[in-house]
Amino acid sequence: MASLTNRSKVLEQTPLNLMERLYLPSIFKGMAITFSHIFKKKATISYPEEQRPFSPVFRGLHVLNRDEEGRENCTACGLCAVACPAEAITMEAAERQKSEEHLYREEKYAAKYEINMLRCIFCGLCEEACPKDAIYLSETFAPSNFTRQGFIYSKEQLLIPDPNTEKEKYQVAKGLREVHKKNK
Amino acid sequence: MTILQIDFFYFLEKLLLIGGVITFSLVIAMYTTYAERKVAAVLQDRLGPNRAGPFGLLQPLADGLKLFFKEEIIPLTSNKLLFVIGPALAMITAMLTSAVIPWGSTVNMFGRNVSLQIADVNIGILYVFGVVSLGVYGIMIGGWSSNNKFSLIAAVRGASQIISYELAMGLSLIALLMMTGSLSLKTIVEQQMSGGWGGFLGWNVLYQPLGFLIFLICVFAECNRTPFDLPEAENELNFGYHQEYSSMKLGFYLFAEYINMFISSAIVSTLFFGGYDIPFVNETTLAHTLGGNVVALLGVAALLAKIVFFLFFFMWVRWTIPRFRYDQLMDLGWKKLIPLALANMLITAIVILWLNK
Repeated sequence: MASLTNRSKVLEQTPLNLMERLYLPSIFKGMAITFSHIFKKKATISYPEEQRPFSPVFRGLHVLNRDEEGRENCTACGLCAVACPAEAITMEAAERQKSEEHLYREEKYAAKYEINMLRCIFCGLCEEACPKDAIYLSETFAPSNFTRQGFIYSKEQLLIPDPNTEKEKYQVAKGLREVHKKNK
Repeated sequence: MTILQIDFFYFLEKLLLIGGVITFSLVIAMYTTYAERKVAAVLQDRLGPNRAGPFGLLQPLADGLKLFFKEEIIPLTSNKLLFVIGPALAMITAMLTSAVIPWGSTVNMFGRNVSLQIADVNIGILYVFGVVSLGVYGIMIGGWSSNNKFSLIAAVRGASQIISYELAMGLSLIALLMMTGSLSLKTIVEQQMSGGWGGFLGWNVLYQPLGFLIFLICVFAECNRTPFDLPEAENELNFGYHQEYSSMKLGFYLFAEYINMFISSAIVSTLFFGGYDIPFVNETTLAHTLGGNVVALLGVAALLAKIVFFLFFFMWVRWTIPRFRYDQLMDLGWKKLIPLALANMLITAIVILWLNK
C-alpha cells in the first residue's frame, strides 16, 4: 500500500538467528546490566535522618510574620483572602488599642486569622498579594492530624515565635528564608 | 554405649545433626528473605530494609513475628483438613531433602568419627527426586482445598510445571550419573575431590556443562522461581496457590519455598561444583598440617560459599528476567530441554564407550 505521508518507517523484521533464539546471550547481557547497578548511586535516601535540600521557591505551610521588635505585621487588609483562589483564608479585623502598640505594628490587626490547610493549594498568591510582608510560605510541610478540624490553623499556630523572647525558635521558623532572599 | 545391639551414641549424634541441619536451614531461609529484599533493592538502586536493627538485620524476625500474630483464617468453603495439611506437607518435603546432602566430610569428636551427613543413602539423588516430586502435593492440596479459582489455576500450573521439568531434570542427571556410576551424593563428592588441581579439575560442571545448564534451568522451574514463577504470578493470579492462606500457614508456604531454594543450591553445588571440596587445595595434605576437624569445617564453609553464590544467583536472575508465558514454559520444557538432555545423554554415553574401548 502506498504511504500517504512518506514518513512511516519500514521495519525490517528478519527471523531471529541462532544466537538470538538461544536467549542466553541476551540474558547474560541483562544480568550484567543488573549487576552493574549494585555499584550505582542509590536513588533513595534514609528519610528522617537525611533530607533533600529544598528549592529556594519551595512553598510549604504558611507563617504569619513579625517585625524585629516582635510586632505582628498583619493589618487584616484582606488582600490575601481576596487573592486566594481556594478561599482558604478567613480573618476578622480589630482596631489596635492604646496599650497594644508593642503587639501590632499598625492601627489595625487581625483578631482572628484562619487558614484551612485542606483547602489551601499552596500556590503562594497570598504571599505575593501581601503589602506588609506579613504572610509567607515556609519550608515546613506534610502536616498530619486525626481530624479535619485540626487542619484549620488558627492565628496562634500560624504566628512566628517572638524574636525577642524566643530567639532560637524564631530563627528555626525563619529557616533559610533570609538566605534565599539575599540570593535573589 | 550399646543397648539392645543399638549404638545410642550413634542415635544421639544423628539426632543432633538433624536438629542442627533443620535449625540451620530455617535460619538460612529466614535470612534469604532478607537477602532477597536487599538484593532486589540494590539491583534497583534502592536501599532495601534498613530500619529493624543494624542494616535491617532483624527484619526477618519482625516479619516472622508479624506472621505469628496475624489472625488465622480458614475459609468456610474450604476443605479444612486438607487446608491444614497443605502447608505442612510443603514444609516437610522441603526439609526432607536435606537428609542426604553431605554437608561436610567427617569430624572427629570425643573419639568418634562423626559424618556430617544425616544419611548416606546409596540411592541419594533418586531419594531427592522422589521427595521433590512429593512437593507438588503441598502446592496441589493447598490450591485445591482453598476452593478459590485463582488458587486452583495456580496449583494446576504449578503441578504441571513441576512434573514437566522433572523429566528434563532427570534426563540431564542421567548423563552425570553415567560418569559417576553412583547415586550416592557422598560418593559423587568424593569422586570430584580426587580430581587434579586440588579437586577443581574433578568438578562435574567441567565435564557436563550442558547437563549443568539444563539442570539449573529445571531447578529454577522446580523452585517456582522467576522466570518460571507462574504458580504465584502475582499480577495474573493475585497471589497464586496460597492466596487464601494467612498467618503462619502462609509463612510455611513462603518458608518452604526459600528452604527449597537453599536445598536446591546445595544439590547443585554438590552435584556439579564439588560439594564441600575446597578448590585448588588438597584436603588430605592440608589435614596433616591443620588437623582433620579444621579441614572438615573449612569444607563446610566452602559448601556454604557455593550455596550462598547460588542463592544470590537465584535472586539475581529473579530481578533481571521477566516471567515466561505459560505456553512458552511448556514449549521450553518439552520441546527444547528434553531433546537437549537426551542428546547430552547420548553424547556422554558415546564418549564413555569410546574412552573405555
